[in-house]
Amino acid sequence: MKNLILIIICFCFLAPTYAADQVKLLSAPVDLNDKSSLQRGARNFINYCLNCHSASYMRYNQLKLIGLSEETIKKDLLFTADKIGDPMDIAMQNENAKVWFGAAPPNLSVTARSRGADWIYSYLRGFYRDSSREMGWNNTVYQNSAMPHILWELQGEQFYDKTSNSLILQKKGLLNPEQYDQFIGDITNFMVFVSEPNQQKRKQIGYYVLAFLLLLLVLVINLKKEYWKNIK
Amino acid sequence: MAKKSKKIDLNRRKFLLTATSLTGAVGVSAMGVPFVSSMLPSEKAKAAGAAVEFKVNAVNPGEIKTTEWRGQPVWILNRSEDMLKTLSKNDANLADPNLKVTSQQPSYCQNETRSIKSNVLVVVGICTHLGCSPSPKLAAKGDMGSEWKGGFFCPCHGSKFDLSGRVFKGSAAPTNLVVPPHKYVDNDTIIIGEDQEEKV
Amino acid sequence: MAKIENNKSEGLLGWVDERFPLSSFIKNHLTEYYAPKNFNFWYFFGALALFVFVMQILTGIFLTMHYKPDAEEAFASVEYIMRDVSFGWLIRYMHSTGSSLFFVVIYLHMFRSLMYGSYKKPRELLWLFGVLIFLLLMAEAFFGYLLPWGQMSYWGAQVIVNLFATIPFIGPDLAEWVRGDYLVSDATLNRFFAFHVIALPLALAGLIFGHLIALHEVGSNNPDGVDIKQVKDKKTGIPLDAIPFHPYYTVKDLIGLTVFLIVFTSIIFFAPEMGGYFLEHNNFVPANPLVTPDHIAPVWYFTPFYSILRAVPPIMGSQFPGVAAMGLSVMILFLVPWLDKSPVRSIRYKGKLFKKWLTAFVVSFLVLGYLGTEPSYVWGQFSSALPIIGGGDIATFAARIFTIIYFLFFILMPIYSKKDVTKKVPNRVTMP
Repeated sequence: MKNLILIIICFCFLAPTYAADQVKLLSAPVDLNDKSSLQRGARNFINYCLNCHSASYMRYNQLKLIGLSEETIKKDLLFTADKIGDPMDIAMQNENAKVWFGAAPPNLSVTARSRGADWIYSYLRGFYRDSSREMGWNNTVYQNSAMPHILWELQGEQFYDKTSNSLILQKKGLLNPEQYDQFIGDITNFMVFVSEPNQQKRKQIGYYVLAFLLLLLVLVINLKKEYWKNIK
Repeated sequence: MAKKSKKIDLNRRKFLLTATSLTGAVGVSAMGVPFVSSMLPSEKAKAAGAAVEFKVNAVNPGEIKTTEWRGQPVWILNRSEDMLKTLSKNDANLADPNLKVTSQQPSYCQNETRSIKSNVLVVVGICTHLGCSPSPKLAAKGDMGSEWKGGFFCPCHGSKFDLSGRVFKGSAAPTNLVVPPHKYVDNDTIIIGEDQEEKV
Repeated sequence: MAKIENNKSEGLLGWVDERFPLSSFIKNHLTEYYAPKNFNFWYFFGALALFVFVMQILTGIFLTMHYKPDAEEAFASVEYIMRDVSFGWLIRYMHSTGSSLFFVVIYLHMFRSLMYGSYKKPRELLWLFGVLIFLLLMAEAFFGYLLPWGQMSYWGAQVIVNLFATIPFIGPDLAEWVRGDYLVSDATLNRFFAFHVIALPLALAGLIFGHLIALHEVGSNNPDGVDIKQVKDKKTGIPLDAIPFHPYYTVKDLIGLTVFLIVFTSIIFFAPEMGGYFLEHNNFVPANPLVTPDHIAPVWYFTPFYSILRAVPPIMGSQFPGVAAMGLSVMILFLVPWLDKSPVRSIRYKGKLFKKWLTAFVVSFLVLGYLGTEPSYVWGQFSSALPIIGGGDIATFAARIFTIIYFLFFILMPIYSKKDVTKKVPNRVTMP
């Protein structure tokens, strides 16, 4: 018995060495209570991402959940559809996209759940110039990604320095690094929202349900004690 | 067993039993809410059934056009002067000429022509009998007989309606055709599925 | 209604009773079904399993109203449920969390039986029903897991179906027959859907019914493993250590149920993905027959068996031994009532030897479960300087050792359970 536990403990100390070669992801500033960040993220997402990527499981009218009014959505954000109840689709066909980019840009509706927010945030910051790639761009997080750096005018151009294993900003963009981080942070935050629009509501309901169950627990414990007090 | 048994407190037992049952019942019914509401029209159905826009000026006088709202045919009939004149002549033969069944039209169409603008009739093209779609028989007489002044005829069970969608006596259909909620956003454009705020 | 006997009910109940044995059913199975009075918390899990089963059926019915078993539409229809259907997200999370907790509850329920010897005579058939339920439940979970049509669904099904292909001679044809295609496809999805929503639930309901009938025929075991029918009240003939199931165990099970619901809802509302164990991250990527994810592993509740599969090295180029070992690791459960030669039921009166083996078994099961979720290089490699094992994956080596322990627990049971020094079992149960 004791030997067994010892063996297990030994194995645990031998633990993970395999994760080391993976890129360390940055921590994304996700805060679903920050409505203004989500609204900025919605604008950035629709202006920059929704040209090639769809988010077709999401409907425009769900943007009301982040505090946007129906009028604002219709006026400022409804580019790819006619009706507010329409899904966030794009006009580009997957077949065409495959020819243009070599891979169809994935639907981004649930990317925050498959990749995680930190991955998206790090990815959007990880583009660098690479002349060997067809589009002229590569990415530290997702090697040989087919996507060109859409936001390069904002971020500027980064170069990958092999010796220090880091990215160096060589040409300044329209935004300074802090502004750019906020810009992609907002997009990431918004994508987390899009991946499950009901998640805030879910947590709210959860507190009520738990409060109710705790009340029920007090009752059933007393009920059981009352019935069982003679059983010895 | 049970040597120094504590006294059974029946009142306490009853109270706890009632309290637990009631709380449990509240919980179970609360749990019913998501299940029942999941069967309501989804966001997709709501989006598909959302209000539709229609250009009324695309319909010439005397003509009818069909559009779709909530998957149902909606007719937009631009009644000519002559057509409007025939309306009152049918009254004696109609089942409900004075629109007593108010559920068949919104309050702002509770009038002689069953419409907002007198010439433009907007009506759901579904027979109130069993849901077939009647055929427009706009011209007078013809195969509908010499008394016919223009209207709609349902091929399923022979129900007849006049040019305001009002049902003739003796038809299988019990009520007039339904006028859907609609409103004018400008002189030429209507939105079907949204209510007019006040009478124009 | 004429009063023939005074214990006959009147009114509506009397009317029903003359046509259907309602009152006697309630008596036989609730108010006058006598259970040992010394149940501890381990006895919650049977009732809880029944509760989860009912919840799965209920939520399943409502999911079926919106889900589309079509390779083109399945993934989107799940997201449709999550977003467009009113409270669809809740129903889906209840179902997905329910499936994982079903296995938690069942594993604890089975462990209870191992601890207290609930499979021993006269409860062998009760145990067999249980193992059969467990087997079908695994099939049910496997079929259901394909339905969201994500990457893990797809490749999980692909790998498991290909296990059949390793069976000598008939394997490849069998795998093709199961899939209905040359790869997992729309045809596979459609038939898995049929199995998941009707065939297996129906069979499970029948087996659960049989399990309960068998239980009520022989009566419940208890933590002492004492046969309560030995000491009866001379007048009433009711065992002295027994109490009626209703109201005593109904009110007690309510506590278990409420605590379970607190755990259940905490996961549903606050951590429905459970860190990627209940809903895997890669399953939010639609199935793609051309790209396999970097690391595929089955859902956590299959991983102990999956680890056994991986631990067995191919013999003469055939993967079949691994597959056979995995099958055997479940099938061997059927034999337990006849492997245990101990004169006592409960662990309370068994000796050190049994306790050691049971602990080793549980540790193996947990470690194998953990290793199944990780790639085989998770613990790195042995130094290449070492003889024989040099350069090999440490985790694979560990999995082999624990697989052997897993099987030895069963294979050696006739020996150690006989050799074990047991304590004397009292006549009466001890209250917790």
